[in-house]
Amino acid sequence: MTAAVFFGCAFVAFGPALALYIFTIATEPLRIIFLIIGKSSEGLKSINPGEKAPSMRLLAYVSGLGFGIMSGVFSFVNTLSDSLGPGTVGIHGDPPQFFLNSAFMTLVIILLHMFWGIVFFDGCEKKKWYTLLVVLLTHLLVSALTFISPYSGLNLVLAYIILVLTGIWAFFVSGGSCQSLKLCLLCQDKDSLLFNQRSR
Amino acid sequence: MPEDRCGAGTFGGRVMLTFMASDSEEEVCDERTSLMSAESPMPRSCQEGRQGLENGEGAAQWRGQESEEDHEEDPDRYVCSGVPGRPPGLEEELTLKYGAKHVIMLFVPVTLCMIVVVATIKSVRFYTEKNGQLIYTPFTEDTSSVGQRFLNSVLNTLIMISVIVIMTIFLVVLYKYRCYKFIHGWLIMSSLMLLFLFTYIYLGEVLKTYNVAMDYPTLFLTVWNFGAVGMVCIHWKGPLVLQQAYLIMISALMALVFIKYLPEWSAWVILGAISVYDLVAVLCPKGPLRMLVETAQERNEPIFPALIYSSAMVWTVGMAKLDPSSQGALQLPYDPEMEEDSCDSLGEPSYPEVFAPPLPGYPGEELEEEEERGVKLGLGDFIFYSVLVGKAAATGSGDWNTTLACFVAILIGLCLTLLLLAVFKKALPALPISITFGLIFYFSTDNLVRPFMDTLASHQLYI
Repeated sequence: MTAAVFFGCAFVAFGPALALYIFTIATEPLRIIFLIIGKSSEGLKSINPGEKAPSMRLLAYVSGLGFGIMSGVFSFVNTLSDSLGPGTVGIHGDPPQFFLNSAFMTLVIILLHMFWGIVFFDGCEKKKWYTLLVVLLTHLLVSALTFISPYSGLNLVLAYIILVLTGIWAFFVSGGSCQSLKLCLLCQDKDSLLFNQRSR
Repeated sequence: MPEDRCGAGTFGGRVMLTFMASDSEEEVCDERTSLMSAESPMPRSCQEGRQGLENGEGAAQWRGQESEEDHEEDPDRYVCSGVPGRPPGLEEELTLKYGAKHVIMLFVPVTLCMIVVVATIKSVRFYTEKNGQLIYTPFTEDTSSVGQRFLNSVLNTLIMISVIVIMTIFLVVLYKYRCYKFIHGWLIMSSLMLLFLFTYIYLGEVLKTYNVAMDYPTLFLTVWNFGAVGMVCIHWKGPLVLQQAYLIMISALMALVFIKYLPEWSAWVILGAISVYDLVAVLCPKGPLRMLVETAQERNEPIFPALIYSSAMVWTVGMAKLDPSSQGALQLPYDPEMEEDSCDSLGEPSYPEVFAPPLPGYPGEELEEEEERGVKLGLGDFIFYSVLVGKAAATGSGDWNTTLACFVAILIGLCLTLLLLAVFKKALPALPISITFGLIFYFSTDNLVRPFMDTLASHQLYI
């Protein structure tokens, strides 16, 4: 085990979350804090009544990401610190890709938390209780997979499939559409959500 | 022991947060100029608008902020109440926005200090080795029974807290009787000790850990430069960022000393006791810190910057040395006696007279130096936050979950304190909430969460 494993696994697990944080949250910290203390919606409402919904989505995204990062950090940081120290992985017959599997699993958990946050907040707001149930069940499913199945490869693949599905769901829930996706990819996204969010 | 003297000198009081204008040794000049610049353009927040306050009391408070107490003691924070005429919702929103901005301005230095302490604890063995105790904690914890150990830790705490209380009262007395030279000398001696002796020891241990050889001439040059620039930056003038960096470093060094020399249980009990003391000293009418602040307010005196972290910009040298001919009115406050006379009136009319004449003749370019109303946090806060996180990192089986949990707890506490401050507009101690959260999180994480997460992580189970 070397520094390469340490840095590699650290960036695999926390890279996307850190990138999301740096590019979307760290640039407007005041807005985030404001959202969290709940004053923004009143202030913004007085300016523009349509503002409330996007703020709630932003809050959902931020809180989902926050939960995800805390969960990921708590599950993975001790393993990471062990990866620096002396030792041999899999000396008793365990799979030698322990660190890499853990890193990818941590990544999927972080991103899943973020998507679950978005979907969950939306479900609460629109009073769609089945949404909450589905979020809960998928969470249980992903955790149960890790408990029950000893094949970490299978766990990872299933978890990533669930991640993609939940991501698509969160995308549509937060107002995206195939049209806006196309515009965004072709860089013609004047009306896209993110662009609008930033310009406000 | 040098640590003893240093300990006595540097951490007597603690935490109060202050909203203040720039902080530097050009005290009076800066206060006056910063007050002026806040008046001229439109105020960016309600606090800035307060500058030209109708309310004489408010004005005195505002000015009083500058005259906060110096060193260890916690400069009290006074936030003016609303500007009349503004809609209350907007006002509150601005206040909260203002408070939120300061949350960010303080998160970074507190985080940096904690990172430095945790990184040192985790890598340099010296600071986790048991090598004696301070004279303030004479009772040993190597006792045969748990009850005896607990009793010893409580006794240690009592001694430590009484030393702190005595030091604070001594400081208040000195300040009341205007023994400024003594206080100044005390501060300079403490900073000297921290910047030279403790840095030398720290550097020695780090070099030993990484097995790097350094000859004495190089060492002397390094420590001399570091210390001399530090003294200049902290006690005189220097770039703000450098001053902040030095303050963070000396807080980290002091925290490391505490982590090394305070025995386990005593450290936790001391942390708890000092938050209670802080609460009492800042909020009770007869608390020493409150009295100190009130005295400073009455005299309208600037603070010693040596032991307070300030996030505000400082004026450049050019600005600080105002032209005497045009600043005749401003020279008045330099004289302490006259200052007292001019301030005691506290009446609104007296101030505009002092400030109006220089304003027109004031060169506009110099005012471009962004006067950002910053927030100040006593270095004692940094020290005790870092002690908590460092102890969490030092004890236990090299567990990172506990350290991270304590870190998050402290930041949450700091955030809450700053927001409460913006809401209540009263001086608040910054230790109690953070330390309480930190202690709760430490004990619950170490005893409940850690074994659980260890088992989960070793079997790659995710929840």
